Formats: sequence, structure tokens, C-alpha cells
Amino acid sequence: MPHDHAHDDPHALLPSDPALRVKALETLLTRKGLVDPAALDEIIDTYENKIGPRNGAHVVARAWHDPAFRAALLEDATAVVSDLGYYGRQGEHMVAVENTPDTHNMVVCTLCSCYPWPLLGIPPGWYKSDAYRARVVREPRKVLADFGVVLPDETAVRVWDSTAEIRYLVIPQRPAGTEGMDEDALMEFVSRDSMIGTGLAGKP
Amino acid sequence: MSRVHDMGGRFGDGAVVPEAEGVIFHADWHPRALALTLATGSFGKWNLDISRHARERLAPNDYARFTYYEKWIGGLATLLVENGVVTRDELAGRVEPSPSPIAERALKPDQVADVLAKGGPADRPSNIAPVFKTGDRVIARRFAENEKVDGGHTRLPGYAAGARGRVLRLHGSHILPDAHAHGLGEAPEPLYAVVFAASELWAHPEHPRDEVVIDMWQSYLRADNEA
Repeated sequence: MPHDHAHDDPHALLPSDPALRVKALETLLTRKGLVDPAALDEIIDTYENKIGPRNGAHVVARAWHDPAFRAALLEDATAVVSDLGYYGRQGEHMVAVENTPDTHNMVVCTLCSCYPWPLLGIPPGWYKSDAYRARVVREPRKVLADFGVVLPDETAVRVWDSTAEIRYLVIPQRPAGTEGMDEDALMEFVSRDSMIGTGLAGKP
Repeated sequence: MSRVHDMGGRFGDGAVVPEAEGVIFHADWHPRALALTLATGSFGKWNLDISRHARERLAPNDYARFTYYEKWIGGLATLLVENGVVTRDELAGRVEPSPSPIAERALKPDQVADVLAKGGPADRPSNIAPVFKTGDRVIARRFAENEKVDGGHTRLPGYAAGARGRVLRLHGSHILPDAHAHGLGEAPEPLYAVVFAASELWAHPEHPRDEVVIDMWQSYLRADNEA
């Protein structure tokens, strides 16, 4: 049941300063034997140093470079990215969507902040902000303008609101002038924002 | 729109502020808040849908003023108390913490990589057969509210309630959050990506061909027979 009880919410028992609040909670749980601070360090190290948008850039660069890989990715992204080792928490069900001259894809989660962690890491601050969550479904072009991106008028925008456990990866359009480049070179043109749809691929 | 977190389409939030790709956390305590939330999941006392609901039902004035990870910690404090993992007196520092009977479930450093890599897939076999196929016209439920639990968790955003759309793809069968968040079992059912014309959702769409795609469970939808 919902248990609405704002007048005595448990968080109000903790210190009001957020840094002290987290510290108090970690200390309490550690003293009760429920948290090992070294495990927390390990989690933080994973998301600061091991998992991030270079994983997704690798997938996109390979899709640009290898038509069979691209076809397989569009057919079953979960299987394809798992084979590359990019599977795990918040990325259990992946779908790849491809930008074309006709359609530009963008991803949001209006209800919380769903995001493909194994491919892109922890979402940026703006992705989790009220402004992005509220606005991008209604005025994607004005949000794109905040990122300095202007789409041609013939391009429609398709916004994906990630309300289930499905996580979306945008495959940006491959930039002109990259013909003949290998995967490593192509990765340089793939930014995190281009894989969310708030940016475009870089230009050589 | 029955709770403050359901903000899709809301007016008045101002600009989105881009940031460099290398920025992951914005304060020293943010990674600790993230890690505490992930580590306490190992207790097995709640699931993802329960924890989402714990954040959603923060008082609206708290939800609005809290930064992102403050919401996480607020929801976590609720879950810890409601599930008897910590007491209110312990949280307030009024008593010495007592050793926990579930301390053996504490996440160990050498388990972290496996736990994060394993994830928590939500697809399940279901005895509910899909009734829609790609291209079918559908109407989203009129009320973006939990059908079984008043004020309960749902993943149907308010802006789409009652809107007409078209099935874009079937994702298979997945755990139903409206049940799973409230101890009503996993209740898996077919899940669809449904595409809505922007002109169906907004009085002033930016472009006549823009669309929004929303993942919706079968019980959120009915056939649009007037199409």
C-alpha cells in the first residue's frame, strides 16, 4: 500500500544536510553489519572507471563499420551487446534505434531516470533534471536548441519515454567524410549525447 | 497525473543545461548515495518497483526541493524503516545500533562485479497471450493510476492517459510494476512500444510529424475500434 505519511517521513530523522545524511546512514548500516564500506568503494569504482559511454561508442562505431553487426543490433540489441560484455544492471533489455534523415530519435524517462547503464554509465545531471524530464516529450526541438542542435525541418522527432525496463540506445547518423575509417577512428565521433539523441555525431 | 514525479509535459521548468561527458557526480556524497542504494538492494527486502514507489511517494514539497540523490536517500530511509531493517530510533541516533539478523546478506566487495553484471532482467513467461500486434490501433487507459491500489505505483505517464496510439513493437512479457510494487506478485503480461502522434498529446506540437513512444503493458491498453 502507498503509506503516505509526510509528517513523519523517516528521512526527516536524519541530519538535514545531504552529505551528513548519507554519512549517517552509511555509518548506521555499517555498525549494524549491513554495509561493507569496501563494497561501496567497489561499486563507485565500477561506475567511475569501468563503465561509461565509451562502451556505447564502441557499439555504434561497429554498427557504422559492419553492416551485418548493424542489422543484428537492430534486430536484437540485448543479445548483441551482451556478446560484447555490455550487460548488467539497468541494461538488461536493450533496443537500438537508428537516426535517419527522416527521423531523429531521443530518449527520456519522464517518471524517473531510466538509462542504459552498461552502455552509457551513470546518466548525466541534465538527464535526471526536472527540466529534461518535463520538456523533452512536449518540445524536443526547444530542448535540442538548449544543446545547440538544430534539425532540418523535414526531420521528424521520435521521443522514446523509457517507462519499462527497456533501455534505448540511439545510433546517430554516421558523419560524412568517415568512409574507410576503422572502428577505433569512428568511435571518436560518437559522443554520449549523440547516443541519447540530444547531440549529433561529431564531424571529421 | 496523481504524483509529483509524473512530470512529462509540464510547463515552467526552464532550460536544460548540458554538461561535459566526463562529469559523473556533482558532490562527494553522490557516489556514496548511489552505492548505498545499490548495496542495500542485496538484502532482498524490496524490488526495483517498490524502491521506485518509495521515491515517488516522498511528500511533493520534498520531492520538488530534493536533488536527485536526496530523493534516493529519502526513499531508502523509508524502505529501511518499513521493512524493519533499521528502527526510527536508530535512524535518529537515539539508541545504540543493534547488530542486524540479516547481516550475512551484506554485499561483500568480491561480490560486487558479479551482482552488477548479473542485473535484474524483468522478462518472464506469462500465461497472458498478446492481444495486439504491430500496427494495431490502441487507446491508453483513461486514468494514469494504479487500478488495484489507490495512489499506487504505475508506469503509465499522465500525459498519455486516454490517448490514441499505434503498436510499434512487442517486447515480450514483463513483470507488471503496478502489481510488483505492492506485494501482488510479478503478474507478467505482454509489453508493447506504443507510438503516439505529438498532435494527440499536446495542443501545440512543435512539428506535425513528431511522435512519442511509450512502453506500455497490455492492461494499460484497449483496442481502438473507431480507427
